[in-house]
Amino acid sequence: MRALVYGAATALALAAAPAAAQQSQFEKYQKMVAEGSPVELFELSGEELWKKKQGPRQASLEKCDLGKGPGVLKGAYAALPRYFKDVDRVMDLETRLLHCMTTLQGRTREEATKRLFGDANQPSEMEYLSAYVAGQSRGTKLAPGAAHPKEKEAYELGKTMFFYRTGAWDFSCASCHGEAGKRIRMSELPVLSEPKAARPLMATWPAYRVSNSTFVTMQWRINDCYRQMRTPEPNFGSETTVALITYLTVTAKGEAYRGPGTKR
Amino acid sequence: MKRNLIVLAAFAATAAYAEPTARDVQQVLQRDFHPRGQATMERLAQDGVQRVCTETRDQPPAALAKQLEADQMKTIAFPSGSLMGDWKNGEKIAQSGRGSMWSDKPGAAAGGSCYNCHQLSPKELSHGTIGPSLLRFGKTRGNGADTQKYVYGKIYNAKAYNLCSQMPRLGHAGTLTEQQIKDLVALLLDPASPVNQ
Ligand code: HEC
Ligand code: HEC
Repeated sequence: MRALVYGAATALALAAAPAAAQQSQFEKYQKMVAEGSPVELFELSGEELWKKKQGPRQASLEKCDLGKGPGVLKGAYAALPRYFKDVDRVMDLETRLLHCMTTLQGRTREEATKRLFGDANQPSEMEYLSAYVAGQSRGTKLAPGAAHPKEKEAYELGKTMFFYRTGAWDFSCASCHGEAGKRIRMSELPVLSEPKAARPLMATWPAYRVSNSTFVTMQWRINDCYRQMRTPEPNFGSETTVALITYLTVTAKGEAYRGPGTKR
Repeated sequence: MKRNLIVLAAFAATAAYAEPTARDVQQVLQRDFHPRGQATMERLAQDGVQRVCTETRDQPPAALAKQLEADQMKTIAFPSGSLMGDWKNGEKIAQSGRGSMWSDKPGAAAGGSCYNCHQLSPKELSHGTIGPSLLRFGKTRGNGADTQKYVYGKIYNAKAYNLCSQMPRLGHAGTLTEQQIKDLVALLLDPASPVNQ
């Protein structure tokens, strides 16, 4: 436990300290990474960011309503994406967090989205926060919203997008995730339209990615698959990305959440 | 066939809520994406091939497929003379997964991502399996003019031979140049290429 607290402090220091000064800190951090998955470090750093007063209003995110009421974190992630009445649309975790940053903390969308996807040296605020919030749903069954008309609409749009061939290379998601037992290079390609494959995988996002030592979120995953599809870039938190996440999560519903996970 | 039935059943089970129409989807895409680097918004508009393959879940009616494949065949500009380039260059192009992404430098040499989907040289163990193995391709198919033409055409526009193939139209899309495709033809057909050892 002491190691974990120390690690969280290190991770936070990494996010803040200038490059030169953090050299030795960074080496220590790398060593911890080598010793095992640092998912818990991300959760602890995320907790500090959740409670940190930021933005023009100098407010924390502690009153952010993720669907279960202001500040209620237990099981909130497992019930996302869902319809939010205050914005009259379906939101996933990251889209909702961004909403809370702009409303509660008074930050501009431009500032809050400046650096959504981090890297091994400097993870992003969104990644830390996603780790913390998701961790509060461990053991809860995935039960995304599926009753409200807009939730049903999101599911249908997501399913349509999953099979929609587009981009310079004519891919749909199903081009790579449509047939069991296929690989790109050595990466196995899950058939995400089928509950059997979707359940264990969707129950472990967001995740630490061992192959490049980064913590990655579902918005990042969709973004990076569209990059490989040779399309333009999807907007963060757009209806399209949220619809795809809704479709995939509804397909995986009922699985007990056990992330943040560790992926190859 | 079995997969088709399952897909249809899934359709029927959730059809209670209207699926978005083709026009809805285009509006949503135009609103929800932004151009980045070389990846422009025009790339989201579906051409006839993409539309038919989307609407039929890659199972187009035979007559329509034949007609559209013939149209795709017309997009291929076959160079005259030998279509066999340098297999050593071909191997590099087959290895590279870069090209046409918003993260790629515009104008920088692209790759064909061939190993992402195919086995080619027996020395490369890290190969994908979305496409069939092309190991010993030239040894089994020969390397005469017709075979050269087929392989050149397949790489230039895979949809001219199989309308809803998952293989990209690498020449037609502007990813690979004529010379690069010739080098890949050599990788598959040249008796000296590692593919044919
Ligand atoms: C050109 C191939 C390709 C296309 C097209 C593609 N993906 Fe992927 N996808 C991958 C690869 C490769 C991985 C990574 C597998 C790994 O890391 O082992 C992946 C992983 C994923 C994962 C994570 C699975 C896990 O391990 O938890 C999700 C979710 C996903 N893709 C969704 C999508 C969606 C949605 C689309 C369409 C918008 C899409 N993909 C299109 C290649 C593709
Ligand atoms: C995203 C996957 C993908 C990529 C990338 C890809 N292919 Fe394919 N390829 C396929 C699939 C699937 C088939 C089988 C279906 C068909 O014939 O269209 C195929 C078929 C072929 C065939 C015909 C095989 C036969 O038996 O006649 C050749 C030749 C071929 N590919 C060469 C290449 C080369 C060379 C490259 C790289 C420049 C390449 N492919 C890139 C998926 C891919």
